[in-house]
Amino acid sequence: MQWYWLAEYLPKFISGVYVTLQLLGLSIFFGMLLAIPIGLVQVTGPRWLAIPARMFCTVIRGTPLLIQLYLLYYGLGTLFPLIPEIRETFLWPLLRDAFPYAVLAFSLSVAGYEGEVMRGAFKGVPKGELEAARAFGMSRFTVLRRIWLPRAIQNVLPTLAGEFVLTLKSTPLAGVITIFDVYGVGSMVRQETYRIYEPLLLIAGIYILLTGVIVLLFRWLEGRVPRPV
Amino acid sequence: MSDLFANLPLLSFSDGGWGWNLLRGLLSTLQIALGAYALGLCIGLFGALGKINGSSLTRWLLEIYTTLIRAVPELVLILLLYYAGTGLINQVLDMMGYRPIDISGLVAGIAVLGVVQGAYATEVIRGAMLAVPLGQVEAAAAFGMSRWQVLRRITLPAMLPLALPGLSNLWLIVVKDTALLSVVGFSELAMVTLQAGGQSRAYLMFFLAAGALYLCVALVSNQVFRLLEKRARRGQPELV
Repeated sequence: MQWYWLAEYLPKFISGVYVTLQLLGLSIFFGMLLAIPIGLVQVTGPRWLAIPARMFCTVIRGTPLLIQLYLLYYGLGTLFPLIPEIRETFLWPLLRDAFPYAVLAFSLSVAGYEGEVMRGAFKGVPKGELEAARAFGMSRFTVLRRIWLPRAIQNVLPTLAGEFVLTLKSTPLAGVITIFDVYGVGSMVRQETYRIYEPLLLIAGIYILLTGVIVLLFRWLEGRVPRPV
Repeated sequence: MSDLFANLPLLSFSDGGWGWNLLRGLLSTLQIALGAYALGLCIGLFGALGKINGSSLTRWLLEIYTTLIRAVPELVLILLLYYAGTGLINQVLDMMGYRPIDISGLVAGIAVLGVVQGAYATEVIRGAMLAVPLGQVEAAAAFGMSRWQVLRRITLPAMLPLALPGLSNLWLIVVKDTALLSVVGFSELAMVTLQAGGQSRAYLMFFLAAGALYLCVALVSNQVFRLLEKRARRGQPELV
């Protein structure tokens, strides 16, 4: 075990942690934004929305994330330069960078997995509560905002904690498409120093720490939310 | 889009088509997944038994194993286990005076993913075993069955319907995790697809085709596991 390289690369690892957290935060935010309607339409929506939503979940959950990431990064990434008009727009610098593709791939993945979780969560809220809210004269959207969504999330908070740990553990795939997250920095160190194990052990340690932080965060959150009866 | 269809002949099974290469990739993906799943189930079964019945040292070691494996990303684990595993074996061989060997990709892939699967399987099987009513196990012991007989006749069949949903999830995970092995350079479906895309520049089509293959595997195995669960649940009341 030799750790002489650590002092030199420590700042890079810190910025790597920052990139990983950014990836994680953005994909959970956008992913959940998609997952809530995807879960909802499967429970109450019309069939022409419910069926595509279910198909989306099946496809996302049935194919490896690495393939989805490659499909977006290499597949879409090689299509855009074929359209010359895009080069003029503000989108161009964004489309040449790998980061947006990773956020898009992870967000879709979160949407697929958590859409399935939210479907169960929406289904699990007792009908009587929703009917009571309607009887009080709330509009359907108000029922969703005040009763249905909070009750659904309350029920699946522990599940979501586990799911977000899985999301964290899939973020190193971003390192494969040239993003310098924790894993990407680690690979760079391995190539530059020819040390095989030590950078990998450091990466593993960082991910264990981050996992611990997520678990503690959700434990705190669960403590603040009143327990489902 | 037109560009997508113009590239379709690249998927053919004739000369210049990548059809056979993709199917060969799928085959090695399935080989690795099946092997790793079987290894994972073995580790999981003994791990669960050790966690439930073992001494405090066994339980403590198994706890470390399952916790660490489940807290580290699969990609990092695969690299660590791959390099550490091959390095360790060659060091041992070297000490015993043998020449270092080249470990085949298939065996290494199965071993690495199997160890990862084992941690998850341990937890799934342990949970299912704990849900078997203790009275049934005690009754079997009272009939004079040995511990092995109790396990084979009572505990395993009774826990199977409870474990199958979790085990079916694990199978889908291991199929998808084989794609990560491409990062270490194993020639499975994801790797073949990346090579095909790189040579033909038709990335979009090849990754769509690979995705479709993975999806087919997932859909077929879902049906198989549904049948298995139905059989394991025979005689029990239907689930709502």
